[in-house]
Amino acid sequence: MLKIKNIHARVEEKAILNGINLEVKPGEVHAIMGPNGSGKSTLASVLAGREDFEVTDGSIEFLGKNLLEMSPEDRAREGVFLAFQYPVEIPGVSTVNFMKTALNKIREYRGQDTLDAVSFLTLMKEKIKLVEIDQSLLNRSLNEGFSGGEKKRNEIFQMAMLEPKLAILDETDSGLDIDALRIVANGVNKLRTKDNATIVVTHYQRLLDYIVPDYVHVLYKGKIVKSGTKELALELEEKGYDWIKSEMEVA
Amino acid sequence: MSKDNQVLEEFTSKEYEHGWTIDLESDSAPKGLSEEIVRFISAKKNEPEWLLEWRLKAYRHWKTMKEPQWPNVKYPAINYQDIIYYSAPKQKAQPKNLSEVDPELIKTFEKLGISLTEQKRLTGVAVDAVIDSISVATTFKDKLGELGIIFCSFSEAVKEHPELVKKYLGSVVPPNDNYFAALNSAVFSDGSFCYIPKGVRCPMELSTYFRINAANTGQFERTLIVAEDASYVSYLEGCTAPMRDENQLHAAVVELYAKKDAEIKYSTVQNWYPGDKNGKGGIYNFVTKRGLCAGDHSKISWTQVETGSAITWKYPSCILKGDYSNGEFYSVAVTNNYQQADTGTKMIHIGKHTRSRIVSKGISAGKSQNSYRGQVHILKRAENARNFSQCDSLLMGDQCGAHTFPYIDVENKSAHVEHEATTSKIGEDQIFYCLQRGIDEEAAVALIVNGYAKEVLKQLPMEFAVEAQKLLALTLEGSVG
Repeated sequence: MLKIKNIHARVEEKAILNGINLEVKPGEVHAIMGPNGSGKSTLASVLAGREDFEVTDGSIEFLGKNLLEMSPEDRAREGVFLAFQYPVEIPGVSTVNFMKTALNKIREYRGQDTLDAVSFLTLMKEKIKLVEIDQSLLNRSLNEGFSGGEKKRNEIFQMAMLEPKLAILDETDSGLDIDALRIVANGVNKLRTKDNATIVVTHYQRLLDYIVPDYVHVLYKGKIVKSGTKELALELEEKGYDWIKSEMEVA
Repeated sequence: MSKDNQVLEEFTSKEYEHGWTIDLESDSAPKGLSEEIVRFISAKKNEPEWLLEWRLKAYRHWKTMKEPQWPNVKYPAINYQDIIYYSAPKQKAQPKNLSEVDPELIKTFEKLGISLTEQKRLTGVAVDAVIDSISVATTFKDKLGELGIIFCSFSEAVKEHPELVKKYLGSVVPPNDNYFAALNSAVFSDGSFCYIPKGVRCPMELSTYFRINAANTGQFERTLIVAEDASYVSYLEGCTAPMRDENQLHAAVVELYAKKDAEIKYSTVQNWYPGDKNGKGGIYNFVTKRGLCAGDHSKISWTQVETGSAITWKYPSCILKGDYSNGEFYSVAVTNNYQQADTGTKMIHIGKHTRSRIVSKGISAGKSQNSYRGQVHILKRAENARNFSQCDSLLMGDQCGAHTFPYIDVENKSAHVEHEATTSKIGEDQIFYCLQRGIDEEAAVALIVNGYAKEVLKQLPMEFAVEAQKLLALTLEGSVG
């Protein structure tokens, strides 16, 4: 589904990613871990197509297409979804209205009919149940005055609505208490199918207790320095990132 | 960031879509302004002697006045002798129904997407269409007539209801009120008159679509709405004008008169030609709009969506004379390219327990300048007056300007006056968030801007709100992608 080859990226003059290689297949969950500043969020942004980051080398293939040539909105329409670490506020625009616009833009791109109000609401009701979100929240201005947990839950609700092929969760656990974390993780788990894939970007192991990854990759100084299964996350938790750092210094 | 700038540039370089002219033979006065011209206009309209005298008095007063210099707008000096003050489209006879209306005119409305037939069929809105100063179609008149509601062109009102016109004309905006009001009083061509009898709730939105057509024609509309005790009316005014090179002067006067327990809701969507993207051409819109809450418990509410005109100079105001009377002002003013807007309101609290609410949303793009200017004046005898004002500015790009000039005069200690102001920019983060959900830049800007202006747009009647939303998007969007 996703083939990242030797990706180098920089912001302004500073190199952040120094040759990332990663392959994600349908049905898989990959966790990207690493200390602060290792390039985790940059990788997420590069996949989503954020302009601030310049890709200087390498290639990314998504479902057989060259992802780097696509505009951010077309990436979204092709099925890439980014759950933001810091979801922005859009005053006066409700989540309902926002999702209706987004879904219909995506459907238009795929040559499908736009949804009328009734079918949209039916779909929405179904997804509300799935991710356990309070409907009144969805009628309020997008993210305005939302708590940290509400913002993240709203991201997962949007993910449920748009049914992406590849979901990237950027530090979705940051700022969540344990109950919110569980609800958010449950939502993500319910959305898993054999045809879609998830990349979980996180600093801490605890999210991975709820969203169990097939693979764990450790990012350090813009490179994947270690890959393994979920046990690697536990080992990291126990030994701390200094373990990776010192190992790298020795090497 | 560089792409963002490019996007904004494209948004802001969109040409005016309603730019065309139609061929209607004009029956015009010669250029220039003099007593003869005032007499010509009055004669052309078969006006009674008292109205001619009223005009002449206004004209003589106007000659002694100076054009105001205080607004935060710049434009070349207007040569008042180079303007045609009267022009009427030729009509064989007064049309009885829409099929008798000039097909060219119908075509114009259809281009604007506001065909009268559609309006009639879908919305039940009674439309009093004004093309170049003379009303050519009035619908729903009979139905309104049954309720005793008078809704007609100003000229017709002068003929049919002279006693009402004489009583209320100039009662809210006196002919010597200001430079442009005096000019209008001298040369006003036509406009709308509306009278709601005691206890009557007008069952439909009354609507006028203004058009400016013949070249070099100043438009001097006059609107007068009188609401008797315990009556209600909602009035819509919408306009769009053809593209042309020379600046056109528009100096309208709108007077609202609300008696005891009466309510008048006045909504405007203004989309006159703003000039091209280099700032050439466009309408000068110097308007005096004022409402008098004469009776106790009366209410006047102004809602405006201003997207057009090269220069907008306009302060729909409320004089809250009756005790417990209530004034509201909701405004979205958009400026793009080289447009300049200096707009706001005045709330004059005279009566006891009077309340006013001001919500102003400015949006500036391109190289435009957008100013809010508002006055809240609580007079000595206005016990327990309340005002709330909120003035927000939204900036697109970094070459435009937003300014806020609030004036607050409180002469009574029991008053409560609140003022809030914010300035924000459409953020790169907001746009990227939308993009990541599959929403392209153009749609993202429309979404964000409409969200920002929502509090005002929701004050508009439903069908008008939809039109206004489209207009906001149209004004700010470009050919992206």
